Amino acid sequence: MTKSRFEGTSTYVATDDLTMAVNAAVTLERPILVKGEPGTGKTQLAVEVAGALGRPLFEWHIKSTTKAQQGLYEYDAVARLRDSQLGDDRVHDIGNYIVRGKIWEAFESEEQPVLLIDEVDKADIEFPNDLLRELDRMEFYVYETQKLVTAKHRPIIVITSNNEKELPDAFLRRCFFHYIKFPDQDTMAKIVDVHFPELKKDLLADALNAFYKVRDVPGLKKKPSTSELLDWIKLLLAEDIPPEALRGDDTRKAIPPLYGALLKNEQDVHLFEQLVFLDRRSGSSQ
Amino acid sequence: MLIPFFYQLRDGGLNTSITELLTLLEAMKKGVAAQSVDDFYFLARACLVKDESKLDLFDRIFGAYFQGIEDDFADLLTDIPDEWLRQRAELMLSEEERARIEALGGFEELMKALRERLDDQEERHEGGNKWIGTAGTSPFGAYGYNPEGVRIGQQGSRNRSAVKVWDRREYRNLDDSVELGTRNIKVALRRLRKFAREGAADQLDLEDTIDKTARNAGLLDIRMVPERHNAVKVLLCLDIGGSMDDHVRVCEELFSASRSEFKHLEYFYFHNFIYESLWKDNRRRHTERIPTLDITHKYGADYKLVFVGDATMSPYEIVYAGGSVEHWNEEPGAVWIKRLLNTYPKAIWLNPEPQHRWDYTPSVKLTRELMGDRMYPLTIAGLDEGMKALH
Repeated sequence: MTKSRFEGTSTYVATDDLTMAVNAAVTLERPILVKGEPGTGKTQLAVEVAGALGRPLFEWHIKSTTKAQQGLYEYDAVARLRDSQLGDDRVHDIGNYIVRGKIWEAFESEEQPVLLIDEVDKADIEFPNDLLRELDRMEFYVYETQKLVTAKHRPIIVITSNNEKELPDAFLRRCFFHYIKFPDQDTMAKIVDVHFPELKKDLLADALNAFYKVRDVPGLKKKPSTSELLDWIKLLLAEDIPPEALRGDDTRKAIPPLYGALLKNEQDVHLFEQLVFLDRRSGSSQ
Repeated sequence: MLIPFFYQLRDGGLNTSITELLTLLEAMKKGVAAQSVDDFYFLARACLVKDESKLDLFDRIFGAYFQGIEDDFADLLTDIPDEWLRQRAELMLSEEERARIEALGGFEELMKALRERLDDQEERHEGGNKWIGTAGTSPFGAYGYNPEGVRIGQQGSRNRSAVKVWDRREYRNLDDSVELGTRNIKVALRRLRKFAREGAADQLDLEDTIDKTARNAGLLDIRMVPERHNAVKVLLCLDIGGSMDDHVRVCEELFSASRSEFKHLEYFYFHNFIYESLWKDNRRRHTERIPTLDITHKYGADYKLVFVGDATMSPYEIVYAGGSVEHWNEEPGAVWIKRLLNTYPKAIWLNPEPQHRWDYTPSVKLTRELMGDRMYPLTIAGLDEGMKALH
């Protein structure tokens, strides 16, 4: 079943501003660029939009070596050379050696698809510029076969960026933009709720408190994000840790159990342990 | 439609384009945001702002422009019944605060004053110390600093107004004119990171060779490329101690951020100004010094030189021999910095002091002249400009 409005899903909590940006992009059939802290669900958004609207999803993950052309098509000259030496008949049609990229696949889709272009900032600085016409007109030209490929249905394009490189203005002007800010405690409670519906209320409240406290520790290199919180809660549930263990009478003294899931950097773990140690010492000397 | 708003955005410093405005209008025509002002705000934001550092600016302009339709904010205020004011105020005041109000002449007095001012005031107000509005020091209003203050309009009232979304200014810490966090610095420094292939073509480009050979109908066509590396080399000189102590944290962030960004990064410390020697380890600054001349000989002219310091000192420390506060310097600092600038034509000075205070300190002016005006504030915008100057 296809719908035309995105409202979040049973596994993904979308804030009002995010839904608005997505729906604008869906209605106007223009790309949406999503930025935000790592682990706030940028990539997941495309998956959920596709799921919620009942559309097929095409994922194109960008690496530092990815070229824009690879998303359109590649001409496999080596295969053709091999075939020519083996005397294969296919060699006469150059079209046999055109390998379709993700954008082409999305353009050929029978119903309007969702196309995820993940981490666009990882690629070369000219990468977005090379895709301007494709994103704007939703068509491109295959030189080897002299053929124009046009999208059957303009795909809903979700582009994510981690801010590693500045994106060119011309590219930005063609997109809707949304910055996923770090969820506040209420939104976070909803997010945890959709992932662990059977979670006890008190455990959730205590876990969230402990989590935001860790996030507030000054000087952390990598603050724990939503995905780390979800991992951590999964661990807490698996180990069956009682909520009291998270609380403790003096909250400053309590180290959250299994905090390795929250802190991913040994310097951060070290810093954290030192802070807790200092707190304990000052606490006991009083 | 919305054209004055569009120009206001542009005047405010957002370089919003016509295409983006048209997109917004098209979206409105298709009824994407038909429900509320909130929706319109979200839609306008998604269409017109493409950089999270500009979101706060957008919020402010949006707030200022649409104050007229802010649900008749002003009207509502003058209609507030006494009971309501009283109830709200009591809700929000703690025992202690109420005691303080008593000291000011009692709750009734305060409410009377509030009422009078409400009557006098006709429009929304921001800043200042008398009118009721936001961000001021008047006892009445929102987001203010007066501890005896009464908050109005900030909490959910009977008009749970959409307007407050942009008044919350959640994106303030992403604004690029405020101070930096490590992440921000990294983004700015990346501008300097310039991937280049330099030198002799000594690596086999396997992919290109195969491709060219295949296109060449199988005749071997070997392709070579030079090694790819980050070509930017940086000499970082950090002022340490004395007047810089306030800025040490910012400098450390700059340092930790820049370390991972460049292949060649050499850092040195100095105190107040550059003289004949620098040091690398601040704990052993008096024993392990490195002559400045050695540095200029060791690191080539393709290094880019970045000073970080507040340049706040006595002017004597720059222009006279023997002016240094720490030791006897045979030659004045100005001579040494000129020597460095001769060796490294690409150089900037980053100053953590706010830019508007530079003119009050003669030594900052002096340093700026010596640097040929290439002094930039230690903010994201300043770093950006500085990185451009280094290119």
